[in-house]
Amino acid sequence: MDVELIGLTKRYGAAIAVDGIDLKVPSGAYCCLLGPSGCGKTTTLRMIGGHERASAGDVVIGPKAVGDAPPVERGTAMMFQSYALFPHLDARDNVAFSLKMRGIGKAERRAKAMAMLDLVQMSHLAGRLPAQLSGGQQQRVALARALVTGPKVLLLDEPLSALDPFLRVRMRVELKRIQTELGLTFIHVTHSQEEAMALSDLVVVMNAGRIEQAADPRTVFERPATAFVARFIGGHNVIRLPEGLVAVRADRMRLGAEAGPAALPARVVAVEYQGTSVHVGLDAEGLERAPESPAALTAILSDADFAVRPLCLGETIPVGWDASAAHRLDA
Amino acid sequence: MSGPDSMTDLALPTAASAERTAAPAVAHRPRRSLAYLQAAPLALVFLVFLVIPLVLTGIVSLWEYNEYEIIPALTLQNYVDVFDGCLSADLCTTLRTYLSTVKFVALTLAITLPLGFAIAYFLAFHIRSGTVRMGLFLLCTIPFWTSNVIRMISWIPLLGRNGLINDTLRALGLIRQPIDGLLYSDFAVVLAFVHLDTVFMIVPIFNSLARIDRRLIEAARDGGASGAQILWNVILPLAKPGIAIGTIFVTTLVMGDFVTVGVMGGQQIASVGKVIQVQMAYLQFPAAAANAMVLLAAVLLMILGLTRMIDLRREL
Repeated sequence: MDVELIGLTKRYGAAIAVDGIDLKVPSGAYCCLLGPSGCGKTTTLRMIGGHERASAGDVVIGPKAVGDAPPVERGTAMMFQSYALFPHLDARDNVAFSLKMRGIGKAERRAKAMAMLDLVQMSHLAGRLPAQLSGGQQQRVALARALVTGPKVLLLDEPLSALDPFLRVRMRVELKRIQTELGLTFIHVTHSQEEAMALSDLVVVMNAGRIEQAADPRTVFERPATAFVARFIGGHNVIRLPEGLVAVRADRMRLGAEAGPAALPARVVAVEYQGTSVHVGLDAEGLERAPESPAALTAILSDADFAVRPLCLGETIPVGWDASAAHRLDA
Repeated sequence: MSGPDSMTDLALPTAASAERTAAPAVAHRPRRSLAYLQAAPLALVFLVFLVIPLVLTGIVSLWEYNEYEIIPALTLQNYVDVFDGCLSADLCTTLRTYLSTVKFVALTLAITLPLGFAIAYFLAFHIRSGTVRMGLFLLCTIPFWTSNVIRMISWIPLLGRNGLINDTLRALGLIRQPIDGLLYSDFAVVLAFVHLDTVFMIVPIFNSLARIDRRLIEAARDGGASGAQILWNVILPLAKPGIAIGTIFVTTLVMGDFVTVGVMGGQQIASVGKVIQVQMAYLQFPAAAANAMVLLAAVLLMILGLTRMIDLRREL
């Protein structure tokens, strides 16, 4: 089912957490709400799920505005950060919980729960308590629990952040598989651009309670709407030119002889070997350096190119970019 | 509790997990002896002030006595005396006393448990501010601000034949004759127990409730649970350890009491503690010791039964 937010606002006293956002998530899409902590993405998710009351605006799920309806009536289910499994119930009863609340008989709800645990490959550990499960296993149980009532929209609050990096990648694939298999609308909150890129059909970049850009991942990366998006998504240099701000992908920077006529002399301040590529940090006269970044510009060279022309710290080299690689930013 | 480390199906690098399991094995021994050392002071206190006196009581309970002396000779006569006549058709004094005491335990639990749970629930889930919560906790301890004797005596002007309640009811024309049962009755005893012991129910239950992750309640609501269903399926099961500890507190307090039953019952109601106290007053120490051992066994059995129902070790 598609989800639409219309002027959705959340105020806590004078503070505005979510500032009148509009968004349309098509049915069956994998949507990621991406942004730094405190940008309002989790609050937005909780308002969609009915765990937070909207101060103004509407959430429309499928054909109707849901108002203040409780989660069950919305057809949403939420997978909580750190899973929130019931510690006194084993995996099977955790999954069967919402069926029990609906008054479904023991045999039937257990059979359904086992089927769900099968889907997430956890049926062999159905009798274990959450404390006896690893983080990844708990996460699978939480996913099964959210899916068991057949929701139309699944809301995921930073589902992968508690996992170690290996497991995170594995579960990412799993989430995408299940979403495709079931054809559900997933709305996933994350602060990791990598996760958002890997998973979503629709990336919604949020900042300070507003949506900076909502588009497919490729558009967001190729044509970031704002300087914030370009910086947050990474892999971009945001450069202030006399005619305004432009974003240039770090892998489209040109060094040395290829730098072209408009090249600036720049000093190498950082060299990081990354395996397939080398990240070179550069400072140049007249370019501002963002306070948190180590250099004003970053150039990503392929390892082969770097091997042909190695650079040392302190070296000065002309830096430029193809005019076609520069993307104008709104702000 | 087996942690995530013991799980095998994770895609963790094997070297890392091998390192993790190897490290504690080396550090195990010194850390263990240190733990014993840290537990030693408390263990010593328990040994001197609890274990040794108990053992002595046990020994004295096996001694003989007559009107003017205690004879250190082994005998089971004191225990025989305790259960004297218990095999006959009508109940012996000991059994009747125990039944009366157990009745008070049951009545007190029946009131303090729902009351304590309700107050703890209110404190844990409805009071947001820590200061207000602390203030309300202090209010719960008001019964302990004065000595037990003063506390007991204070009931008399309130509940007595010409006490505040009887006078008020008569002045309002609700009753003609003063109600006698307010003071020196089962009612008065239970009232005093509830007044004194509810806080012992509140604190452990509050402790259990405070540790419940609020997201669990959200998750339950997400699963479609109503308020009552959340209470029954999530909060109550997770409050079980607190309820068990509170129940143990109240049970032991009421079982061992002799002052409250004595004063509030007008010295007319028997209780196990009172029997022991009277025997001690008559210097029949071996008899008192035997009674005490039986009481101890009875209380331990009740606690054992309770821990059978709730695995406290696992829940804590």
